Amino acid sequence: MLDKTAENGEFKVIGTRPERPDGVDKVTGRARFGADMVMPGMLIGKVLRSPHAHANIKSIDTSAAEALEGVKAVITAADFTADVPEAEYDTMVNCIAHGKALYDGHGVAAVAATSRSIANKALKLIKVEYEVLPHVTDVEEACKDDAPLLHDNIFTEGLEETPTTPSNISGRVQFGHGDVDEGFAAADKVVERKFRTEATHQGYIEPHACVGNLSPDGTGELWCCTQGHFMVRNSCAAILGLDISRLRVTASEIGGGFGGKTTIFIEPLALALSRKAGRPVKLVMSRDEVFRATGPTSSASMWIKIGAKNDGTITAMEGLLKYQGGAFKGSWVSLGCMTAFACYRADHMKTVGYDVLVNRPRAAAYRAPGAPMAAFAVESVVTELAGELGRDPLEFRLQNAAKEGDQSSYGPKHRAHGLMETLEQAKAHDHYNAPLGPNQGRGVACGFWFNFGGQTSTSLNIGADGTVNVSVGTVDVGGSRASMCLMVAEELGVPYEKVRCVVADTSSLGHNDITDGSRTTFSSGMALILSARDAKQKLCARAAKIWEIPEDAVEWVDGHARPAGPNAGEFDPMSLAEVAGKAETTGGPIAGHHECNARGAGVSFATHMVDTEVDPETGRVTVLRYTVFQDAGKAIHPAYVEGQFQGGAVQGIGWAINEEYIYGEDGRLQNAGFLDYRIPVASDLPMIDTVIIETPNKGHPYGVRGVGETSIVPPMAAIANSVSAAAGVRLTELPMSPPRVLKAMDDAKA
Amino acid sequence: MSQVHVHTKINGDTTEFLCEADEPLLDVLRDRLGLTGAKEGCGTGDCGACSVMVDDRLVCSCLVLGAEAEGRTIETIEGMADGEKLHPLQQKFLDHAALQCGICTPGFLVAAKALLDHNPDPTETEVRYWLAGNLCRCTGYDKIVRAVMDTAAEMRGA
Ligand code: FES
Ligand code: FES
Repeated sequence: MLDKTAENGEFKVIGTRPERPDGVDKVTGRARFGADMVMPGMLIGKVLRSPHAHANIKSIDTSAAEALEGVKAVITAADFTADVPEAEYDTMVNCIAHGKALYDGHGVAAVAATSRSIANKALKLIKVEYEVLPHVTDVEEACKDDAPLLHDNIFTEGLEETPTTPSNISGRVQFGHGDVDEGFAAADKVVERKFRTEATHQGYIEPHACVGNLSPDGTGELWCCTQGHFMVRNSCAAILGLDISRLRVTASEIGGGFGGKTTIFIEPLALALSRKAGRPVKLVMSRDEVFRATGPTSSASMWIKIGAKNDGTITAMEGLLKYQGGAFKGSWVSLGCMTAFACYRADHMKTVGYDVLVNRPRAAAYRAPGAPMAAFAVESVVTELAGELGRDPLEFRLQNAAKEGDQSSYGPKHRAHGLMETLEQAKAHDHYNAPLGPNQGRGVACGFWFNFGGQTSTSLNIGADGTVNVSVGTVDVGGSRASMCLMVAEELGVPYEKVRCVVADTSSLGHNDITDGSRTTFSSGMALILSARDAKQKLCARAAKIWEIPEDAVEWVDGHARPAGPNAGEFDPMSLAEVAGKAETTGGPIAGHHECNARGAGVSFATHMVDTEVDPETGRVTVLRYTVFQDAGKAIHPAYVEGQFQGGAVQGIGWAINEEYIYGEDGRLQNAGFLDYRIPVASDLPMIDTVIIETPNKGHPYGVRGVGETSIVPPMAAIANSVSAAAGVRLTELPMSPPRVLKAMDDAKA
Repeated sequence: MSQVHVHTKINGDTTEFLCEADEPLLDVLRDRLGLTGAKEGCGTGDCGACSVMVDDRLVCSCLVLGAEAEGRTIETIEGMADGEKLHPLQQKFLDHAALQCGICTPGFLVAAKALLDHNPDPTETEVRYWLAGNLCRCTGYDKIVRAVMDTAAEMRGA
């Protein structure tokens, strides 16, 4: 499919760094995010949340709240029907508890009132009678036979025999090939270790926010910050029993998502309140609610074993991963299992995963969901094994890296990709040979992510002045409008400034899947390129009409229609503006469209290199230098590609060193705020250097691979390898906070 | 609850408003005055997304009461550009792609302007520490720090 490549010099605007089309709005405060919307007659909604980790809800008395002046609606689970499709049932129950509160922060009731202070007062007047139950928040504890049971109707799936007693282990998965026992028997050196990681939050700076407006006839509108407004529409329509065509969802600007805004939390509550009150209702989460009730990633308990021959050939790789997914099924442990060994070739591989239920918020996707923890464990063992064999960690990886045609750990054979190149560039980089001081260490690690395609629909309209509007159904989380405009400008041969991109609402385009799997620039970009080709054909046909020559005697070159071929005749080329200016008399508006279920997404690999210093007195880790080497396929707007590399690396640094969900004995989250859940700040960090590698993805017209997620896969492992070198002891638990590092150093001395 | 009558000057305009006695300035700006450029990322003084200037002091507007603005001068992101002309910091943020989602950007710009107003030649470390009260989850700060340093150099005529 590859039509243009950088090598043949065909790109004119792809690869340049123009100002983003939404830029001025975003530096002047004009851009409207989720909480910035106001509708006439709007009420303010608030959600009452469970203070208990696990409790039966015996009764809810809302009468006093309803009697308060200014309160216009109060809802509980009783306002939702149980007649919801199975696929949406857990989502609904996660938004509002049905009979049982499953975690600290689980929504129990909601109110809408004429002001925020009245809404807050009303929450205090709702009387909930709880029967507190024993709880479990630790993944290993939850697997024990005598652990408090979250759901009595969940039986472990994926076992040879279906069990007869319910369990907190909701499923078992297995991936691999060959026979690991045979592989380990052939090994000269084997390293195996256990690892643990704590849950972290995506930490987007914008809390979830929406305004819902649902009329009694079942027609409604919803404004919200989300990674997928079509998903929001479909889920809310299913939960509220609406026709999807009657609910129009508009995506606001989105203040970060990282996977955490790929599901719904408050949107159906705002719509249900609105339906009851007969007025628009705005719901905005506080930061405390964001931490307690939305998206953390899984905490994980892992065991990894890798064997190799003395000549460095890896013979077998085996892993056992246990991920908790909160109070509902779906922890992404499968993706952890599939990605764990994806960077390597070995004849014998096996990963087994357990999906575990605990009394914590339902895990939401977080940037390459499931992969970073597994990479932390695997890449730590790879480096340790290299050390035992007396090999350089990059050399050892180069020797065993998966290449085109190799059997992958997750099923198919590898296609062409850039892993080797990331390793080679890392090895050749001056960072790798820079001197280190005392108490300093250097670590490297590799990472892999699949990247997705999915359902996509785009539209392109050409104005009478020859300027171009494009509509996409994927939101712009990090400058993607600029990439969209670049691809259309490239394809049509018009200046970038002449193309403008909007994120259209759900009534204006066909269904678009959520922005996940780093799919936006790949899928919407591909659909727009094909929309532009559709439009070019029509432009040529219009020029043919004007010139009164056959349609196939016109071609589109450099933004102009030109006569081509033997029967074309002599005409001056017509620009896009000239053809568009005559649209009214040649058949009306000129547009291009494309709908597809995008296939051919290209996997992406990265190698990260980091230097850290460990304070021997306190155990504090400082990141001194960081370099990212990643395959982008083709960088459409390199500045935003670098931004994805840097942002992912820094989220990984947070996960590695600081960030963790801390639960008390009572099962309550103890650090539900940015003061105690500390994400990296500017003074914690050095510059993050980036090297963009471009191994084109043959599944995209311009060679694009997704870039957003791979960058968070290697950092924890790279930092663990670096800190372990600096501290002189292998670190196996995240976060590597000062007390943990200090203890590991003390234990090693003892 | 009876409301407080407050007189201020906001972005050069004389502005009066009524607010509740315990209402944060951020809520007044956003909900009563329609100045939604300042964002609420936390409401507890930890993220800096709500940064504004009150009488030449950089503050988290979520930690200041609306009533405390009586007689004071307030500058918000909405007042940073000079008509159609962006402030150099705003332009450099665009040139350097120093924003991804952009939710943190107003706070960073207000905070960075406060820095350059009193220190036109900051070191990288000074920039990083000054901006340590502003959280950005998207960029890893690299391009933000570069944009601020580059603006400082340009404004010094370097
Ligand atoms: S909203 Fe004021 S500091 Fe976060
Ligand atoms: S650009 Fe998204 S938080 Fe800073």
